[in-house]
Amino acid sequence: MANAAADHAHGHDAHADHPTGWRRWVMSTNHKDIGTMYLIFAIVAGLVGGFLSIMMRLELAEPGLQYFSNPQTYNVFVTGHGLIMVFFVVMPAVIGGYGNWFVPLMIGAPDMAFPRMNNISFWLLPASLSLLLISLFVEGAPGSNGFGGGWTVYPPLSVAGHPGPALDFGILSLHLAGASSILGAINFITTILNMRAPGMTMHKMPLFAWALLVTAFLLLLSLPVLAGAITMLLTDRNFGTSFFDPTNGGDPILYQHLFWFFGHPEVYIMILPGFGIVSHIISTFSKKPIFGYLGMAYAMVAIGAVGFIVWAHHMYTAGLALNTQRYFVFATMVIAVPTGVKIFSWIATMWGGSIRFSAAMHWAMGFIFLFTVGGVTGVVLSNAGLDRNLHNTYYVVAHFHYVLSLGAVFSIFAAWYYWFPKMSGRVIPEWIGKLHFWVAFIGANILFFPMHFTGLAGMPRHYVDYPEAFAGWNKISSYGSYIFAFGLLIFFFGIFKAFMSPVRAANSPWGEGATTLEWSLTSPPPHHQFETLPHISGDGH
Amino acid sequence: MIRWRNGAAALATLTAGFVSEAFAGTGQPSPWQLGMQTPVTEPAIFLNNMHDGVNIVIALISLFVLALLIIVIVRFNEKANPVPSKTTHHTGLEIAWTLIPALILVGISIPSFRLLKMQIELPKADITVKAVGHQWYWSYEYPQDQGGGFGYDSYMLDPEGAKKANQPNLLAVDNELVLPAGKTVVVQVVGQDVIHNFAIPSFGVRMDAVPGRLNQTWFKTDVEGIYYGQCSRLCGANHAFMPIAVRIVSPEKYAAWLVDAKKKYAEIDAKPVQVAAE
Repeated sequence: MANAAADHAHGHDAHADHPTGWRRWVMSTNHKDIGTMYLIFAIVAGLVGGFLSIMMRLELAEPGLQYFSNPQTYNVFVTGHGLIMVFFVVMPAVIGGYGNWFVPLMIGAPDMAFPRMNNISFWLLPASLSLLLISLFVEGAPGSNGFGGGWTVYPPLSVAGHPGPALDFGILSLHLAGASSILGAINFITTILNMRAPGMTMHKMPLFAWALLVTAFLLLLSLPVLAGAITMLLTDRNFGTSFFDPTNGGDPILYQHLFWFFGHPEVYIMILPGFGIVSHIISTFSKKPIFGYLGMAYAMVAIGAVGFIVWAHHMYTAGLALNTQRYFVFATMVIAVPTGVKIFSWIATMWGGSIRFSAAMHWAMGFIFLFTVGGVTGVVLSNAGLDRNLHNTYYVVAHFHYVLSLGAVFSIFAAWYYWFPKMSGRVIPEWIGKLHFWVAFIGANILFFPMHFTGLAGMPRHYVDYPEAFAGWNKISSYGSYIFAFGLLIFFFGIFKAFMSPVRAANSPWGEGATTLEWSLTSPPPHHQFETLPHISGDGH
Repeated sequence: MIRWRNGAAALATLTAGFVSEAFAGTGQPSPWQLGMQTPVTEPAIFLNNMHDGVNIVIALISLFVLALLIIVIVRFNEKANPVPSKTTHHTGLEIAWTLIPALILVGISIPSFRLLKMQIELPKADITVKAVGHQWYWSYEYPQDQGGGFGYDSYMLDPEGAKKANQPNLLAVDNELVLPAGKTVVVQVVGQDVIHNFAIPSFGVRMDAVPGRLNQTWFKTDVEGIYYGQCSRLCGANHAFMPIAVRIVSPEKYAAWLVDAKKKYAEIDAKPVQVAAE
């Protein structure tokens, strides 16, 4: 305690402190170091989630049971793939990783508002992932390990159907991940609202910061609902309550409403930061300011707000009343309008530009097209009448992988090739990023496009085996997944090459188009930046 | 010459497949199918037609965005356009790309709401049957007042059984749900243990079988034949192995089947009582 008091007395000296070794990371309160840890965590978790998906594609390459003699184990892989990709790959990468790194830099702040809370936000995640991984190896359904009820965890399958402790580990894991995200969200909201550099009004704030602000509000408002729902599951499972048990007056549909009240904002949580990232990349490499900046910012606000009132479009086959379904069709379709504004504004930003097709720009432009494809199939699915033949088929799998795997994940790679020189001070050769893009682009399309066909033909999701008629397109999908996986080798080769090479990144390697504040710093930025706050003037966003 | 004609026919089929569901099986999927299974009920035909229409709209939108991207790549790269413009606003354009998508959506919503009403509003039933989802099979019940008064279980056939029955593997079942052509059938769907889903693509029918909740859906078709569906809600280990098979027969054959089925399933009629006693 005496030491702590002494530290406070010499507050200014302590501020300049630059811890090294394990203390730098484990006890870190530095937004850049914490961001780096989040990114490494996401890459590691991505390898686990990717392994699960490759196993699924190997199994589905041919009809019959190839690798999963126990079909329940396949269900466990599907569930694990979904939960890991959502909670431990995409969210840590875009929010914890890039958000932590670049929100303070872009708004001209020295760090996040609550640096110690930032530390606990991160360190809850390895604990959470550990619990989830443990759950794979303890009993779930009678006689097999792990929870295999899908990432939505619908009861009664998640209660009566999985008496073993696997899902209890899963629920505690989600609680920790949720707590981590809520703390992170509070940190982002406070930072963005209070710590912008003098002169940076909300309407001059970079779009990535806007995206993180909206995302943080979605997290703050939706995660407590998930926490409530899975706590009710926990007590239904262990303490004799019957919130969702119809034999004692509960209702399984109640869980679905609660889950999707979280689950739908969650999908925007995963994609909104990507919107921000893509905006900056498009603007930088077109050497033009963002077209329709205010429209872009408020389109994200609108998507976030409307995202809260469309949840039951995931439940069209649950037996909802006609008028309820009518409302959710209408509300869901509304989202297409602000999304269209974003797509067309990106194109208008490029229009008249002087575009340099860097690796990051490849990924950003790929994002725009593939997100459009995923978006328009979303319009199809928003119609309850059409969804009657598509709900829970591979059409849905195709749709959400186009917006997530080819949307959110492409934005993650776009940001990687854009910001890597800034974060590390090293340079990934441009050809590696471009080659990675083309391999991933071709692989992902071969992987996911045929799923539209199998889905339209009626192939249901979560199937370990399928009738002979679906064999052709499934075989092709599997080849696509191997190509996409090969692309990851190129990705890692790029990192290896960057750290082996003596080449060092310039402070602003992308030239005149890169106007946000992070490019005014060294590459990598100093451990503590903006010790004198920058002043923002004019119309610079 | 014959070979050439076959090739031309195959090519024609392939081309047609991209615009319609020429590949589509009726009541079951067919290899390399691109569209939906052939619809045989009024809402399913409407659904298919509407999907064909919306599909063209979304394909055009995707191609429009792709075309814009290609124009941007060709015209506005560093070499072609070394000096970037500084335009960041165009009110007219911004209004247009807000309003036009909104109008397209309004256009889609008109048939969409018609279809929804058709699906959800139950017509007066000629026959009501009950489908109960179990881990991992379906059971069907025919009410007494419609000449029924019996119920039976429907399990998937193993590969050899399916082969012997000359039916597709993983879709064929031992006891099909038999119903007459030309009659309005209301299906009451419920789950016995966990949530299952009663889905038949050719009928445009898909309804969750939720424990403690009696959901209803309906269909009516004049086309006799066998229609397969698969459980469409993750329900545990054998989720992929509890198909649905509906055989639509003429009203005469149905009447004869009812008489036979009553006898056949009377012997196992004691079973439901046992279940209730459990």
